[in-house]
Amino acid sequence: MIGNLDYSILQQLWWLICSVVGSLFLFLTFVQGGQTLIFTTATTEEEKSLIINAMGRKWELTFTTLVLFGGALFAAFPLFYATSFGGAYWVWMLILFTFILQAVSYEYRKKPDNFLGARTYEIFMFINGSVGILLIGAAVGTFFTGSRFSLNLYNSVIWGTPYHGLEAAFNLFNLSFGLFLVFLARVLGAMYIVNHVDYDPLVKRARKATLINLLWALPFLLIILFKIVTMDGYAVDPATGTVLVEKGKYLHNLLGMPVVLALLLGGLISVVYGVIATAFLGKNCGIWFGGVGTVLVGLAIFSLAGYSNTAFYPSMTDLQSSLTIYNASSSKYTLTVMSYVAIAVPFVLGYVAYVWKLMNAKKLTLAELTSEDSNEMY
Amino acid sequence: MPTVQTKEGILEDQIMNTVNWARAQFALTAMYHWIFVPLTLGLAFLVAFFESIYVKTGNEEWKKLTKFWMTLFGINFAIGVATGIILEFQFGTNWSNYSWIVGDIFGAPLAIEGIFAFFLEATFFAVMFFGWHKVSKGFHLFSTWMVAIGSNLSAVWILVANGWMQYPVGMAFNPDKARFEMQNFWEVALSPVAVHKFTHTTSSAFLLASLFVVGISSLFLLQKRHQKMAKRSMVVAAVFGFIASTFVALTGDEAAFNVARHQPMKLAAMEGLYVGAEKAPIVAMGIVNSAKKPGDDQPAFIQEVKIPGLLSLLANRDANSFVPGIDDLVFGNSGRNIIGAEQRMVTGKIAVAALARYKEAKAKGDMAAATAALAVFDQHKGDLGYGYLKSPVQSVPPVSTTFYSFHIMVVLGTMFPLIFMLVLYFIFKGTIESQRWLNLACFASIFLGYVAQQSGWVVAEVGRQPWAIQGMLPVGVASTNIAASNVQTTFFIFLTLFTALLVAEISIMVKQIKIGPEA
Ligand code: HDD
Ligand code: HEM
Ligand code: HEM
Repeated sequence: MIGNLDYSILQQLWWLICSVVGSLFLFLTFVQGGQTLIFTTATTEEEKSLIINAMGRKWELTFTTLVLFGGALFAAFPLFYATSFGGAYWVWMLILFTFILQAVSYEYRKKPDNFLGARTYEIFMFINGSVGILLIGAAVGTFFTGSRFSLNLYNSVIWGTPYHGLEAAFNLFNLSFGLFLVFLARVLGAMYIVNHVDYDPLVKRARKATLINLLWALPFLLIILFKIVTMDGYAVDPATGTVLVEKGKYLHNLLGMPVVLALLLGGLISVVYGVIATAFLGKNCGIWFGGVGTVLVGLAIFSLAGYSNTAFYPSMTDLQSSLTIYNASSSKYTLTVMSYVAIAVPFVLGYVAYVWKLMNAKKLTLAELTSEDSNEMY
Repeated sequence: MPTVQTKEGILEDQIMNTVNWARAQFALTAMYHWIFVPLTLGLAFLVAFFESIYVKTGNEEWKKLTKFWMTLFGINFAIGVATGIILEFQFGTNWSNYSWIVGDIFGAPLAIEGIFAFFLEATFFAVMFFGWHKVSKGFHLFSTWMVAIGSNLSAVWILVANGWMQYPVGMAFNPDKARFEMQNFWEVALSPVAVHKFTHTTSSAFLLASLFVVGISSLFLLQKRHQKMAKRSMVVAAVFGFIASTFVALTGDEAAFNVARHQPMKLAAMEGLYVGAEKAPIVAMGIVNSAKKPGDDQPAFIQEVKIPGLLSLLANRDANSFVPGIDDLVFGNSGRNIIGAEQRMVTGKIAVAALARYKEAKAKGDMAAATAALAVFDQHKGDLGYGYLKSPVQSVPPVSTTFYSFHIMVVLGTMFPLIFMLVLYFIFKGTIESQRWLNLACFASIFLGYVAQQSGWVVAEVGRQPWAIQGMLPVGVASTNIAASNVQTTFFIFLTLFTALLVAEISIMVKQIKIGPEA
């Protein structure tokens, strides 16, 4: 069945799969958002511990989704993997450093004799939640703003700046994108606290935090939206594969793909509703609106960048080196094999959801943190 | 294939400089990863055994014991994950050309690993640690088993990927894209090298984790603390370790057999065998002569003790058979029908040049010239990788590193089963707590287990040099076009970061062991 699919359908399918994984990751960055809230929303050691333990049961999921996002891009679009990771070396390296710090922080923070001290691990978490997410945003921003690279006859990447990717963070659009994600993550993190923690003073402040962080996110969102509808884009001629700059390309994409427009607007409305429900209506289910909304916005962003004959990783210095989902993909054979593998994804989502439900059935309380299992708590 | 003709015009030795820093960085991160991974792989199963006994007997002491080892598991796991993510992305950051040239084949196992293995671990890990009062006893046990199975599944796919680098199968070169493409997934997934990699590494991981549990229990016995729990842990771990250690030897033999088939140069380096021979011996002990060069007539060893015929037996399962030496593989041996690297370089250079002509002709639209060049390329592409070598001697890996690592591993591999046997013997005699020397030896063996683990990988990876992909892609062509100073900087950042975290890890572990299972 999958074996009979057209090559280009497979390429589009895999862009979709990568987009879904990437968008789920954006939702799961509520963990990172929560990590930054420990310094602003928690006022006592106990509250800090509540936040960290609430996030601590989900951090692995976020982390693994990021790993899978990388793996899926490698398998499906190896030329992107090679070009971006090899070229924008420093951005990715810095992102990785922050994730190393995160991975040990939960486990080690409270353990006796932890060498660096609890405070250091908390700072590690904060760095991961702020710098890490900001840079991920900047890297995704380059899907629109492009980078300075060229590929030689053998598809080997030559990067045009000595900063190897750091230059991306100094572009208004990319920076706004990064900051938007940071505040979005904080909104989501606060919503998750409201949903999962049973401790009134903290929950009250978390409700307020959803609103404050949404307001912080707003100007950056406006910059992004304004830029997207006005900026030039990189269009591919499907017949020849030639790349050319098109005025208002992303606006054309939005209008040409009404589904994407709907995803974007629907997603944003859903996030805003989540915040209203949490901050004003006293509801606890805001995270689901926020989460679904984030996934929809993510899908819209990735679709804008990749579909409708657009180069998703444009080169500003050598137009024809720009990557599209067609020239960057794996062979038809590999995509077919991987599509069979992808049949397992719904099953994975299924057991993740089941376990999530089991584990979140009861809210996290202070009593749990001091129970007989207290030495296992983060 | 990306040759060195970059626009930036980086000089050749600057490229080698980048390559060497990239190698150092990869080796560093891989070796750090490998400090934590084998313990994860094995301890996950031991914890699952302990918990199964708890659930079966309902005895709270087994629960305490389970939780104790689980705590150590968690501390180790966290840093294993931290080092793993670096490895995955490092293929892109540091081996960018490699990622493109073989990404069509190599990317798939990494993605499959994510889907099938990492999510199992990540999801059930949370249940294992925080689910004691949230889910039923049965579901908790199930989760612990899922973590164990998930970890070992992650080993499957990454080892398939690594096995493919050692023995590339199921693929073909696509000159238009300048990359290798997958032709047969099952050939890649079930290649004999992938199979021995998996069986040998997982069994060696079980062995290491058993040494860990036995060793720490021995420490408790020496300190006369937690004696009952220590002995309980010891029985389970010693049985598991003994079984694992026999598998390690068997699968190690299988590994050597496969190396002889597919990487004869690695095998020759493992034994420092320069001149091929029938009834080839194994050097039981030896000091490598570091001045020895391929083709000269110096002795390979300054001092050696040989067991005749054993290498032939190991390599070909026939003590009288011929095993080629380094000189045969470098310079060829027509009597034995061995084409040496020297000759392969000639063919390889024709392939490289034909590929370049093909690409240029195609870029210009000269189809006739392109077709002609492609025909030449197709004829010679089997030796493509050799076309990038500068001299035939480059095809020889560092002999003494490979030799010593291999011998350390094998010596330790013969010793560990004896230790487990002694432990079991004295446990059944009921006098294990009074065996001071044995307990000390067990404690020291934790460290030796790590040494054997690291040595094994050094054999596998250093012995494969200069190839990133055996025979197809030398490391020099695989790296990213980036100034060495960048890689050098990240190398030192990693070194500092990982070392600090390792210190934290060990310090936390030691504290938890001091606290013990009865806290
Ligand atoms: C506790 C660890 C341990 C022990 C005691 C042994 N091994 Fe091992 N060995 C490994 C741990 C290991 C490993 C770390 O798992 C390696 C690295 C790469 C691999 O596939 O497994 C390995 C690789 C490795 C290789 C290279 C495989 C390749 O390049 O593909 C050979 C030939 C052997 N082993 C053979 C043996 C023999 C004959 C042993 C004697 C009993 C032995 N090993 C004991
Ligand atoms: C199974 C997964 C692994 C893969 C796919 C892999 C792949 C690689 C790659 C791409 C390199 C750099 C290129 C090269 O120099 O050839 C390398 C080098 C190296 N790796 Fe691995 N590796 C794996 C596991 C390990 C582990 C677990 C260890 C050690 C504990 C290890 C030890 C080394 C060493 C020592 C080098 C440096 C060799 C040299 O450059 O001389 N590898 N490996
Ligand atoms: C270069 C090769 C390797 C890469 C790219 C790699 C990648 C990774 C990544 C990304 C993680 C974190 C997964 C998570 O999000 O939970 C991880 C953890 C893990 N990897 Fe590796 N890995 C490599 C080598 C190996 C090898 C050779 C094995 C086993 C034979 C292995 C077994 C594991 C296991 C069991 C874990 C779980 C965490 C832990 O052990 O503490 N890995 N690896």
